Amino acid sequence: MRDLGVNILFEGLNMQRLLEGLWITTRIALISISFSIVFGIITGLFMLSNNKIVRLFSRFYLEMMRIVPILVWLFIFYFGVTKIVPVHLSSELVCVIVFVMWGSAEMGDIVRGAISSLPIHQKESGIAIGLTELQIYTYIIIPQAIRRLIPGAINLATRMIKTTSLAVFIGVIEVLKVGQQIIEYSLLTYPTAPLWIYGFIFSLYFMICYPISVLARKLEMKWQH
Amino acid sequence: MVHNTQEALLEVKKLHKDYDGLTVLSDVSLSVKKGEVIVILGPSGCGKSTLLRCINGLEAIQSGKILLNKVDISGSDTQWHLIRQKIGMVFQSYDLFPHMTIIDNILLGPLKVQKRNKQEAREHAEKLLHRVGLIDKINAYPRQLSGGQKQRVAIVRALCMNPEVMLFDEVTAALDPEVVHEVLKVMLELANEGMTMVIVTHEMDFAKAVADKIVFMDQGEIKEIASPVDFFQEPSTERGKQFINMFNYNHLNKERE
Repeated sequence: MRDLGVNILFEGLNMQRLLEGLWITTRIALISISFSIVFGIITGLFMLSNNKIVRLFSRFYLEMMRIVPILVWLFIFYFGVTKIVPVHLSSELVCVIVFVMWGSAEMGDIVRGAISSLPIHQKESGIAIGLTELQIYTYIIIPQAIRRLIPGAINLATRMIKTTSLAVFIGVIEVLKVGQQIIEYSLLTYPTAPLWIYGFIFSLYFMICYPISVLARKLEMKWQH
Repeated sequence: MVHNTQEALLEVKKLHKDYDGLTVLSDVSLSVKKGEVIVILGPSGCGKSTLLRCINGLEAIQSGKILLNKVDISGSDTQWHLIRQKIGMVFQSYDLFPHMTIIDNILLGPLKVQKRNKQEAREHAEKLLHRVGLIDKINAYPRQLSGGQKQRVAIVRALCMNPEVMLFDEVTAALDPEVVHEVLKVMLELANEGMTMVIVTHEMDFAKAVADKIVFMDQGEIKEIASPVDFFQEPSTERGKQFINMFNYNHLNKERE
């Protein structure tokens, strides 16, 4: 009986290493997403500022993150900046830094869109019953804005999870790299290795991203108005 | 209706407002006594909504004064969020907060701004909802209500703050004709109970029924102030006459066999 190709997944430490790689991917994504949400809200408020210069700078920041490929940012930081800065930055840390920069910019735009899509009369109704600016934001604007930005935010989160695979290029041994390594030394024994390994990694990404999408849809339905 | 003839509750003195270089309000002066109902009429763009918004501090003024209970509230150091508790405003677009239930909409002001006792505020809200016939909607969301119902809730929301004067900015303009009546009924009852009201409306019959004084505006100026009977029978200005005639189609009959 021929060796079933799928056995490669259970060979030796393969499964363990794949899951460790997955954990690194997840860790980078989680940390980046968390910080991006926080900084994204701040960036979004800057984008809505009354000050023209503040708005201009935040707009420029967003465009830089969108125009320059993330991979190039990773290279600039890992191979370029780390040479100037005296502190040693691990490749995982560089990855998180670049991702947070990117995520904050995108999240900022999502926040700006959500807040400015609210009818202006909502704010005026709050003003008319005597609420202070802070109270209007707390009770009226932010609760409604959160509902509106969930779809975009979830989409950004899944994009960030997928983009972690770029970390391979600056030396992070995340799940995709682990998969490549396993394939490299197993190819002779398991000719169908790529199919099973990449297939498995495919399902891992799916298992992480799909529940998030479902959660987002559920929230959207619940808040339908 | 007993009016205190000396004290004016709300006074507007020589208000002047520009917007983008255009004069929107010019030398506008108005005096509202406690318990009076003023209806402001005028063609589109005459500045009546803007005047209301200036009184509530939603628009800045270039010169002039606004006095509430003899206190100047138009200075630059005015704490508007305190003043606005005394001035209730209802808008054409009602704008209830869609993510909150009706009762939460109504209680947001009393609880967060006026810091009232929860029990007392809730009882007050329920009493008002009973009066407008919407107590069964107390836990509903705005999307479940019709336009007329939402507008009545908006009025309750403003009333629950115990304002001294209520401003109404074309509150029935966006409603279907059948439901306009239910909202105007509420306003009429409010007037009969002695609430001081400044109303901007296009409903002429309602204006005739509820107003103590008609203020006719055109192009940012007050042209006439008269009793409803006087104004609707015989306006003293030419512009006033033209305005009244706009609602009269007798001379424009379609030709029929």
